[in-house]
Amino acid sequence: MRILVMTKPVPDPAANAERLGPDLRLDRAASPSVVNGNDEYGLEAALQLVERLGGEVAILTMAPAAGVETMRKALAMGAMRGVLVADDALAGADIPTTIRVLAAAAATQEFDLLLGGLDTSDGAGGAVTAGVAARLGLPLLSAAALIEPDEAGRTVRVRRLSAKGYDVLQAPMPAVISCTQVLGTPRYPSLKGIMAARSRQITTLSVADLGGDLLPGGGQWPSRVLGVQPPPSRAAGRTITAAPADAAREIADFLAERRLI
Amino acid sequence: MPPTLLVIGEVADGHLTKLSAEIATLAAGLAGSSGGTALGLIVDAAPDGAAAELAAYLPRVVSVASAAAADEVWAPHAAAEARRLLDEGVTHVLAGVTNDGRDVAGLLCGALGWGVLANAAGATWEGERLVVEAVVLAGKAITRSTVDAPSAIVTVTPGAADAVGSGAPGRVESREPAGSPVVPAARVLERVAEAGAEASLEEANVVVVGGRGVGGPEGFELVDELAGLLGGVTGASRAAVDAGWIPYARQIGQTGKVVRPALYLSLGVSGAMQHRAGMQGSQNVIAINRDPDAPVAEIADLFVVGDLFAVGPALSAEIRARRGG
Repeated sequence: MRILVMTKPVPDPAANAERLGPDLRLDRAASPSVVNGNDEYGLEAALQLVERLGGEVAILTMAPAAGVETMRKALAMGAMRGVLVADDALAGADIPTTIRVLAAAAATQEFDLLLGGLDTSDGAGGAVTAGVAARLGLPLLSAAALIEPDEAGRTVRVRRLSAKGYDVLQAPMPAVISCTQVLGTPRYPSLKGIMAARSRQITTLSVADLGGDLLPGGGQWPSRVLGVQPPPSRAAGRTITAAPADAAREIADFLAERRLI
Repeated sequence: MPPTLLVIGEVADGHLTKLSAEIATLAAGLAGSSGGTALGLIVDAAPDGAAAELAAYLPRVVSVASAAAADEVWAPHAAAEARRLLDEGVTHVLAGVTNDGRDVAGLLCGALGWGVLANAAGATWEGERLVVEAVVLAGKAITRSTVDAPSAIVTVTPGAADAVGSGAPGRVESREPAGSPVVPAARVLERVAEAGAEASLEEANVVVVGGRGVGGPEGFELVDELAGLLGGVTGASRAAVDAGWIPYARQIGQTGKVVRPALYLSLGVSGAMQHRAGMQGSQNVIAINRDPDAPVAEIADLFVVGDLFAVGPALSAEIRARRGG
């Protein structure tokens, strides 16, 4: 089983300090970087599959050169090697460019499953993993809650989250899967894993290494942010510390005033 | 050249979804204000009902009866039909921020290389550019973005427009399916519904939400009771979902559903930024929490400091008393 997991460095949501810089791009210096949550759930699922079935988990990242720091965290969890596409020409790359570059980089690797997040906590576009599937012409199994490959049958089954519960999907491998939190809590790296990660290989590729016309706009992105503003603040509310029965009456009064009961 | 906006309609239980109706209204408005046109697309095993519903908002709807949509994933087929319509001059594709809508947007972006304007909460023209407003970074900022190109893919969040019909039903045009999906379509072996899933959180007028403070799956009995009394639907914070107390389908927040009900009532929800991203469009917010410093206090119109297992039943009794006398 060979699994390639796309892992994006994002500002740590726990730090709660994400912001745009004066250039209206994400200010990466404002927060520590972590592996995007949905990517990390995919990585955990990949590690468990390979522990059971044998094989290899590798990670693929498109990021500035400093992205290796975040990749080490994924390697410390147990990923065996990494591929980093780092190129100054990719600064601020838009979604179609990201898709082209990641698909071209994935195509240099051999894999049965290519995993990515359903979306990222910073951009939240939710288009990249599906877009990579389209570029590669591979089946897309999205919003995965469970991944069950059948190596003998060369197929994979995925529980896909639906509006009502889940659908059970099946497709031939290789296939592309977008991952969600329902796959399970990622492990903490062990000390042994952290030590091992230091010596694991990260291959860095440039856009030129990938060949093809990946930057048709010459590095100019048509997508751009024109302006940013803080969200509207809500009017200050009322705090009630009364005993339960009195508090309940106040809530009911509030509901009645607004014709909600 | 004036724009042509294509709305990717979604169908649930044979009907057009509320979100699709809202997107159609938004698209019709954008067509009207630019001298352009808007059309809709329905791809389904039995598309006729939803296509007629979509035609209440748009002058033209293409209805594709796709047998494959019954037992294969929908997005690769829908994206193929959308792609076929591009030959008719489509400049902007609009899809919903749902798993299916985002799959279609991503597949089309990969296939066409068009720019994506994601999570639009509103859209307007500035000259010939389509500019969308989006809530970003877990609700910390609102951006205005554009694509400096004649074409773009737009994903739209619930509430970007109120669904209002055009008054003159549009023309529905039935078509045979294109044949090949944009990527090999995975088979759907089984569709499993989970308990309580028949009620749509996104479309609910009242949402009652349980968080870590409800303490366990049995704590949701109180949440369900209040939801039932208020004619609402039960939701949950991520902490309650991660604890396994309630299915993910009930999760509200950045990584779950986005709701905009008339009333949002939470019990034992701390109200972290990621949760707020899923409920800050609510009209009235009431929160019950034992912790007077819970962040939810900042966004609640009414913040009750107390034990939810005392206040909740008291509220239930109070509502029953006022109703039944």
